[in-house]
Amino acid sequence: MSLFWALFAIGVLALLFGAILGYAAIRFKVESDPLVEQIDQILPQTQCGQCGYPGCKPYAEAIANGDQINKCPPGGEATIKKLAELMGVEAKPLDAAHGVEDVKKVAFIREDECIGCTKCIQACPVDAILGAAKQMHTVIVDECTGCDLCVDPCPVDCIDMVPVKQTTQSWQWDLKQTTTGDIPVKMVS
Amino acid sequence: MAITPSFDTVMERLKRQDLWQFPGGVHPPGQKSLSNTTAIARVQLPEVLYIPVRQHAGLEGSVCVEIGSQVLKGQPLTYSNAPYAVPIHAPTSGVITEIGEHTSAHPSGVPELTITMRPDGNDTWTELFPIHHYQHLDKNALIERICDAGIAGLGGAGFPTHIKTSSTKPVEFLIINGIECEPYISSDDRLMREHAWQIRQGVDVLNHLLSPKCIVIAVEDNKPEALKALNIACEDNQEIQVVSVPTVYPAGGEKQLIQVLTGREVPRKGLPNDIGCVMFNVGTCFAIADAIFSGKPLLERVVTLTGTALQKPQNVWALLGTPVSHLLSYAGYMPHNQNEQQVIMGGPMMGFSITSLDTPVVKITNCLLAPAKNELPSAADERACIRCGFCTDACPASLLPQQLYWYSKAKDHDKTQEYNLFDCIECGACAYVCPSEIPLVHYYRKAKAEIRNQRDENDKSEKAKQRFEARKARLLEEKRLREEKHRLAAEQRKQAMAKDGSAQDKIAAALARAKAKKAKTAAQTEAVEQPIDAPQKSAESSTVKDKQAKVAAAVARAKAKKAEQTTSAQSQPASEKLDKQAKVAAAVARAKAKKARKQAEAEQGVKQETDVIDPTATDETTAAPGKKAKVAAPVARAKAKKAAQKAAQSEPAEAENDAASVAEVNDKEPPKEKTAEQIKREKVAKAIAKAKAKAKQNKSGENAE
Repeated sequence: MSLFWALFAIGVLALLFGAILGYAAIRFKVESDPLVEQIDQILPQTQCGQCGYPGCKPYAEAIANGDQINKCPPGGEATIKKLAELMGVEAKPLDAAHGVEDVKKVAFIREDECIGCTKCIQACPVDAILGAAKQMHTVIVDECTGCDLCVDPCPVDCIDMVPVKQTTQSWQWDLKQTTTGDIPVKMVS
Repeated sequence: MAITPSFDTVMERLKRQDLWQFPGGVHPPGQKSLSNTTAIARVQLPEVLYIPVRQHAGLEGSVCVEIGSQVLKGQPLTYSNAPYAVPIHAPTSGVITEIGEHTSAHPSGVPELTITMRPDGNDTWTELFPIHHYQHLDKNALIERICDAGIAGLGGAGFPTHIKTSSTKPVEFLIINGIECEPYISSDDRLMREHAWQIRQGVDVLNHLLSPKCIVIAVEDNKPEALKALNIACEDNQEIQVVSVPTVYPAGGEKQLIQVLTGREVPRKGLPNDIGCVMFNVGTCFAIADAIFSGKPLLERVVTLTGTALQKPQNVWALLGTPVSHLLSYAGYMPHNQNEQQVIMGGPMMGFSITSLDTPVVKITNCLLAPAKNELPSAADERACIRCGFCTDACPASLLPQQLYWYSKAKDHDKTQEYNLFDCIECGACAYVCPSEIPLVHYYRKAKAEIRNQRDENDKSEKAKQRFEARKARLLEEKRLREEKHRLAAEQRKQAMAKDGSAQDKIAAALARAKAKKAKTAAQTEAVEQPIDAPQKSAESSTVKDKQAKVAAAVARAKAKKAEQTTSAQSQPASEKLDKQAKVAAAVARAKAKKARKQAEAEQGVKQETDVIDPTATDETTAAPGKKAKVAAPVARAKAKKAAQKAAQSEPAEAENDAASVAEVNDKEPPKEKTAEQIKREKVAKAIAKAKAKAKQNKSGENAE
């Protein structure tokens, strides 16, 4: 008889805890960042398609499904390293088939040559080109990701990719370049 | 968190001259006597002034002068169009010779937008509007005046003064900073000694604007003359406390001085006005007094010229925009006394080496230091960190410089931020005490810049992502709407057909016509075949065929009759249609001809381009025959592009040479193709017309039968 009571008590406890755990799992569910979102966060969001996918999100999905992590030239080595860390795989050099790492650039339309065909506007993945049919177009520099996609559709070749100019704000204290340059920080006398 | 001392405690201790202390600090040799013994001198006008559009921490104003315009002394060159923008003014009268990029007064020397001006030597003032009774004026008008005078903090950070003065939080302590703790610099010292009264006037204006409970003027105890002068200037006002502060570097830092005077700590990511304090530099007070009482904008500032590579180290009034070389030559610069040319803007602890002697003096330039050989250490002496911990003892912000150094070097930016890198005031005390001579501040600045850049980039990529997704959503929505529209249109068409019987009849008539035609052609082929084959067989078959044709014709007739009934006088519209078609065809032909002509022209353009290669060729062509050519130029460019692409694709080896010929061929072909197409279309049109005519004949024939 005591055996029965013991089994009964344990059974009731098991049911009770099961119910509590089950409720907690629903009530306190942690919304974890899905892997695709995390990968997408690392990618540079240029939406250039150099990886062979139409945008950064699709490539993030592809990586999550096991694609190579070295197909993103705009992100370069830094992105590959971060992806390697996230995915737990070996970092490898950038796949040259998808392009080479370059300095950051933005598109620039030579406005007096623009014929207003709107082809670049349709090509721009982030709506960074402004203009209307038969009116001159221009690039919103702050929104341009430098993806290069507007250059080919232009029938009159009036779009240049211009390297982003360094300003005193974006300067990184690379004093080693100058001969006299370093911060004097100590006095001897 | 430390307990914040109350106002009364602070006042009591201030009266007793019993001040607080900040942690750390160092005692570098002052070297101030090099330059503080002579009065502030005036330098003759330089040949040229380089006036950077942005000289403070904030945004630049919009330029409101043009190249070649004559400006008077004190005339604004830019106007403020944003809260954090302050204008700049012409420091003397002269002519604007250039508005372009020039070496900036920044450690990088990256060129920035600068207005270049040639003084005419007359120094003619523009009209000034002094305010005599500022107490009666609206505070906002005063603040606007301060902004229009282009005043930004002259202590070194260059924060726009009007922002600080328009603070809405209650102010307990208005602190006037006359500490000038950095070695070598003596510009504020000389200013306090010689212009204590005007500084007092500026303090009065600030007092009116901010109505603080107490005003504290703090001067380091190594400047007794300045202290005395200020005491005399302020003795009639019991509200103003002139306090002597013990000399320790960096007591002049905003947060450090507040801590010394009030015992309060500025919260992280907070501002001094969060704890009831506002601080201004003595130079700023002087400039405010100038702006209010004489209406003069900020045109010049005191600059210390010092260092043992100068013959006559001293303080001078320097117009903003004066090239450094001009001031140095005034003070007798001896470059041969240096190992390599090195001029430091700012002091030896926080300043930076300028990249070119053409760098202009700006609002935040308080010192130009030209050290002789061995006066300052060279940067190459960096050795490994020995973990001595001296830097931690010296840090006035209670940070862990060693940890920051390791993590900055390893670029572990999360860790550096965990160790509060952004609380570092870059005073250089840690690097000063470092026995291994590691330029610690350099590492921190680099890390800060990298983190800021990273943050900007992340913001940008986030924005790009949002825009990309918004665009995708928009495209999808557009597609959906389009499909919906098509579906609705199709449905309407169906309904209309179902309702209107005539449409069905028309279709039936068309079917009948088609059938009749088929039958006739079949009959004709039979007839052609007939003589070749056996006549009887053919006759038999022809009779069968005839029968079939007759049946078909009968059906067709019935249908046609019906159709005729519904659409009376059908034959006339048909003929009209034909006319119309012909007209359209003619118009198309005309358009084609035009195009061909244009292309021919364009071709010429291309030829010129390819022949001459000189890019001006296109310009010439575009200039010459007006609009047509303008149209032709882009077309030609497009053609050239296409041709080049084709050439590259087909024969990459001799692409260059063949491009021209290919282009020509390519250009000649389209018109031919077009004409061929034209002919084809005309043929089709003719065929249709014939078919229609036949149908009519058939009908009339059948009718006759």
